[in-house]
Parts: sequence; C-alpha cells; structure tokens
Amino acid sequence: MGLKTFPGGIHPPDAKAYSRKSVLEKMPLPSRVIIPLSQHIGAPAKALVQVGDNVLTGQKIAEPGGFVSIPMHASISGKVTKIAKFPHPSGIMSEAIEITGDGLDRWVELKENPVFFELSSDDMKKIIAHAGICGMGGAGFPTHVKLSPPAGKNIDTVLLNGVECEPYLTADYRLMLEKPEEIITGLKIILKILGAKRGIIGVEANKPDVIKLFQQLLAAEESISVTGLRLKYPQGAEKQLIYAVTRRKVPNRGGLPMDVGVVVHNVGTAYAIYEALRFGKPLIERIITVTGKIVRNPKNLLARVGTLFSELVAYCGGTSEEIGKIVAGGPMMGFAVPTLDTPLAKGSSGLLILSHRESQKDKEHTCLRCGRCVDICPMNLVPSLIANSVRYNDWAQAERYGVLDCMKCGSCSYVCPSQIKLIQWIDIGKLKIAEIKAKS
Amino acid sequence: MNNVYSVSAAPHIKQHISVRTVMWQVVLALLPALLAALYFFGMRALLLTLYGAAAAVITEALIQKLRRVPITITDGSAVVTGMLVAFNINAGAPWWIPVVGAFFAIAIGKQIFGGLGYNIFNPALLGRAFLVASWPTLMTAGWEKTSLGSINGLSNLPANIPAVITTATPLGVAKALRDTTQISPDIAEVVMNKLANMDTIVNVFWGNIGGCLGEISAAALLIGAAYLAYKHIIEWRIPVSYITTVFVLTYIFGGINGLFSASLFLPIFHIFAGGLILGAFFMATDMVTSPVTKKGRLIFGIGCGILTVIIRFVGGYPEGVSYSILLMNIAVPLIDRYTIPRPFGEAAK
Repeated sequence: MGLKTFPGGIHPPDAKAYSRKSVLEKMPLPSRVIIPLSQHIGAPAKALVQVGDNVLTGQKIAEPGGFVSIPMHASISGKVTKIAKFPHPSGIMSEAIEITGDGLDRWVELKENPVFFELSSDDMKKIIAHAGICGMGGAGFPTHVKLSPPAGKNIDTVLLNGVECEPYLTADYRLMLEKPEEIITGLKIILKILGAKRGIIGVEANKPDVIKLFQQLLAAEESISVTGLRLKYPQGAEKQLIYAVTRRKVPNRGGLPMDVGVVVHNVGTAYAIYEALRFGKPLIERIITVTGKIVRNPKNLLARVGTLFSELVAYCGGTSEEIGKIVAGGPMMGFAVPTLDTPLAKGSSGLLILSHRESQKDKEHTCLRCGRCVDICPMNLVPSLIANSVRYNDWAQAERYGVLDCMKCGSCSYVCPSQIKLIQWIDIGKLKIAEIKAKS
Repeated sequence: MNNVYSVSAAPHIKQHISVRTVMWQVVLALLPALLAALYFFGMRALLLTLYGAAAAVITEALIQKLRRVPITITDGSAVVTGMLVAFNINAGAPWWIPVVGAFFAIAIGKQIFGGLGYNIFNPALLGRAFLVASWPTLMTAGWEKTSLGSINGLSNLPANIPAVITTATPLGVAKALRDTTQISPDIAEVVMNKLANMDTIVNVFWGNIGGCLGEISAAALLIGAAYLAYKHIIEWRIPVSYITTVFVLTYIFGGINGLFSASLFLPIFHIFAGGLILGAFFMATDMVTSPVTKKGRLIFGIGCGILTVIIRFVGGYPEGVSYSILLMNIAVPLIDRYTIPRPFGEAAK
C-alpha cells in the first residue's frame, strides 16, 4: 500500500525465482549468428555486405533504411554466408544476414572516450544512432529518434523503466543489480541530450534490493531519484508507468509521452547508451533471461545479437522435458515462435521455454459477460465487447469501442473464465481496421 | 522425435479460472442460506432445493441432447439456477413447484436463447415469474411459520390486530399498513412502530420470518456474498447501488404519514426483510444478464432499486425484487451501449 501505481491490472505469479539469483554470465561465442534487418520499429536496415564478405565484430553490415531506422553490426567475426529470409523472434520470417564465425572474435577498432560528457548533445545523438541502439524493453523504437523530440515539445522528465513487470524475466533486474552506476550514467546522458531537469528510475516493489541500491547511489544526486512502484502487471507499460510516477495521462489515439513532457527509456537502453559513448561499442550484445520450469539451469546471459535460441537453451543445460512452446519475450506479451532456430534480437529480453502441459490452451466458452476483463483493463476498455464486435466483423463498432487503444498487455485474456482469446480477437481487429484504412 | 511446438497469440500463461470454478463457487456461497432454511423450515426446505437443482440439471441435459450440443451440466450453472428457483418459493409449496419452475427456467429462460451466456433474463427469476403467474396462491400466500414460530417477525402485538397482519410476511405487513381500507390509522401507527424497531430487525436479519425459503436469512446470505466478493466473482457496484437506492427511497417514501415520516429503522427493515439481499447479491449480479461496464452496473443497480421501491409501495405485490431485476435485464444491452467508458488517456469532451 502507499506505493505508486495505475488503475486496473492483474497479479500473475511472478515466476522470477527460476533465474533471479543467476548472476550475469557471458554466453560463449556462437558459431553462427543470424542478424535480422528489422529488429526495431521503422524502416528495415539495408544490407551493406554480400555473401562471401569477411566481417569483424562490431563492423557495420547494414545501414538505416530511413530516419526512423537503425544500422546493424556484425556480432561476431567471420564470413557472411547467406542473406535471406530467416525466422524472426516475432514469429514471422524476415530478411536477415547470416554470419558464420571464425571463432576469433576479431573486433573493429573501437573509439573509447573517457571524457564523453564533454560532447555536444548532437554529437552524442550521432554516436547513439551509429551504434544501432533501439529500445531494449521489447518494442524497439530507435533510440536516437526518441532523443530528438520535435521543436516545441518541452521534455522535463526522463523515466527509466526498470519495472520488468513481465513474469519470469530477470534480465533488467540483474543488470540493475550489477551495473547500476553505468545505468545512472546512461540516464545522465539522456538528461543532457534532452535538456530535461529530472530523471526518475521506476522499479517494481518485488526488487527491494535494487531500489535500496539506487537509493544509496543516488543519495547525493539532486535531479535523479528512484521510485518504488506497486507490484502489478502491466506496471511497466509506458503509459501506465508515466501515470504512476507523474500522474500525467498520455493522450490516446496516437499521443506520445513527449506530449506530456516525458520520455521513457528502458534501463537496458540506458546501459547501451553508456557503452556506446564511453567505449564506442555498437549494440551487438544484450542480456536475455533464458528460463522456464523445464529449463535445467535458467540463466541471465550476456549474449551476442543473432545467437540462436537453440544455442541458448543448450548452454542452459537443455530441458528436462520435451519442449511444448518457445516464447520470445515474456509470457504476457512475448511471441510464440515455431522453431529454436530463431535468433536473439536487440529487443529480446527473454526466452521462455514451456512444457507441453504448460502450453495447453483450453477451449473457448461463450462469454459469460462477467466483466472481469472490464474491471482489470489498464486502458479502461471493454475487451469482451471489442472481441465480440471483431468476431462478427463489425469493424466500425470495434473501433468505437476502442480497439485501437489496446496495447495488448494480455491482462484480459489472462483473467477470462471462458478462456476467450481476447487479445487474438483484438489483434485481428487492429489488423483489419488498418487494412481498411489503408484502402480508403 | 517430430516435436511440434505450439504457436499461439500471447499471453502464454493463464489464471486458473473457468466457468466451472465460478459456478461451483456460487453454489458454495448459497449453502449458508440453505443451512438457514434447513434450520428455520426443516428438511422440507432442503428437499425442495434438491428437487429444483435436479430438475434444472436434467432439463439442461435433455435439451442439450435434443439440440445435439455438448452436455455441460457439470459446469454448475444449471445447479445454480435450480437452487435459486427453489430459494424463491414458499417452504410449504408442493414438491412439483420447484420442479416445474426449474424446468421453465432452464428450458425457456436459458436454453431457448442458446444456453449459458446468451440468455436475456435471469433464468431463475423467469422461472419464479412463471410460477407466480400460474399458481399465485401457492406462491404468495399460506406462508410457513419458522421453527421458532414466527411469520411476520413482529413480537408482542396487541390482541386486536387483524389476520392480514398476523399471517403476513414482514413485507406483507409493510404493504398492508399502506392500505387504509384494511387497517385503521391508529393500528397502522402501532404496527409501524413495531415494524421499524430493533427487535424486528434482529428477526429479519437472522431469518426468523416467513417468506421464500432462501431469502429469509440476510445473515446467511451475506456470508455467502462476502465469500463471492472475496473471490472476485461478484463486484460491489450492483449490490451497493441497488441496496443504497432502496435505502434512500424507503427513507423518503416509506413512512405512512407522508414524505420523510419514516424512522431510520424502516429502510434497514426493508433491506433485510424480503428478497433484497438474495436479489442484490445473487440475482442482479448474474453475470450474463447484467451490464459489463462499470458505470452500467451502477445504473442497473439504481434502476433495480427504484423499481423495487415502486413495486413495494405502489404496485400490487409486497415484494418487487424479482420483477425489478427482470425488467432491468431487458435494459442491459442498451445500458452497455451507452456506458462504454472513455479509454485511459482520452480527454473529456
């Protein structure tokens, strides 16, 4: 009680015990990586290399496809062996560059800079853009774009999202516990670039050690603080986090946090920003939680972008039972992928392995109209009525009921006693309406 | 070796809750009231409830067999309906009354619309309405005395009180007092003072009164309701708005000497005396037939409250809970339609 939060939400079991004690571990160099050209929101990157080219670790192999886009870098040294469609962590097939490693991990020369704080904010942004950084919490919005608000948008607050409300995941938790100073420096860089006057790190109450650690480290800071947030899903959703911490409501229908003077970055992104400025390091590795009841040794791994899920699972000792479902991301919003030959992307915070029994879904019943979904919807929608409108192809009504405002947090599906796949129906509605709008 | 992975839309975890768990918990929540009925009316109350539940289950199975759809009697929803039909009849009724009521409730109230989730009216209340229309005397007169010997819940009445009061349920008494052709004003005054006092309220609260077998003990019903609220199966909006509305309107209009002539005990009496607690917590909250929106639930509860008070004070029956809920059931789609909430972040217009 007393902790800040948002209206609505659910309390799924947090299931973080599997991996929360596992100290960050460097994943051994993979023999092969697959680097998707689209790991972010915006235009896909364009390949700069051809099959047969030799590449060094950290070498730029694809350039941004536009302003809202990012470059890609080789995450191991070796030879480009294929440029084709490969499985993608969102469950689809997408264009990617395959690099077969030489096992040597020869790097391009990195430009270290111990006095990076003296750089102008434009230079900082350039370095961040060149490092190929996008939001590491999952959505993957290009970071340099978020750091370039249009003229007239006055940003006074930067929130670092250290909530990690998805059950099972502990990647951000371990990062905050083991690299807090780097995260704080990353936040200071963001504050400088945006000219914002206060930075707040939001952490959910199930990580008291992290909250305490930040409190100690930030005791002397005037403009940066940490805020403990009530344990509730989806506490880490952008709009919900902003509301919990600042009581500001981001306007819906396309409103952005900057409309209320706020920018939100994931703690992992802040860390990547620090690494890019201090060491000149492009984003070629990230922390991923490999977990699940049937994973023998769940771990938090620092792994190269493009590492195949199969190698991650094998490194964690394999599974004690046959795998039923592979989830890229967390259990609430992650994507079920059809193969373990899927690579880790810049936004992959988790790899959750479920058994056959855990991945079973019950048959849908008729809606009882119980209203549980209405009671918990953090966006204050009526999920059951939206789903029903979609079921009967009434797109206009689905839109009137707010289908486009849904952020697909999955809370409604989670609580439904009739096992209705509300998010699936809502997603169909979103796609159909986008299709109809594109036509007209 | 050919392991096929499941691929499905998120979320990939699910709360352990199903239609079955919801319905059987409602059954569980009805048990305290059933025990109270057993205590006040004896074995007969238990048997009538069993007949009702069995008839509901058998009817559901037969109709589902005829419709060639999966038989879902184990989900508990028919048991709930059957029990609620029985809860709405006089403990002295013959055995076939709950059977016919439950049959009508399931066949016409529920299955004819397509089964659970599709019905417009609360099936149990539709069953009760059918029984009241068909066998009015069996349903609304000849009330059984409780095992403690009470019908109207009043004690130490003077000797010159007419039978219309001595054989009535508490709400029947309240109704009769408003009819100056039957009761002289001075007797009405005396009885009203008896009605709206602490002793009577204790009786109606514990259930030492005549009435439908499941409605008499407000205390037992509230235990069940608290359990359902704790399990998040019912939500506060409908019962609270319903009961508050009845309280306020009864306080304003309930007295027999004009507006605001009632003592504060009278609205409390009206809340516990009839079917309001049963109706507000177990019938108006029926998920299928109440609004899904939060604001809609408030409107629904207030509407039920207004109609209940109108029927109790102006209409032909002493009790109006069942008809008021049925009438509000009709308005549910309309209420939902006009109470779609503004999404989080949308500016007020």
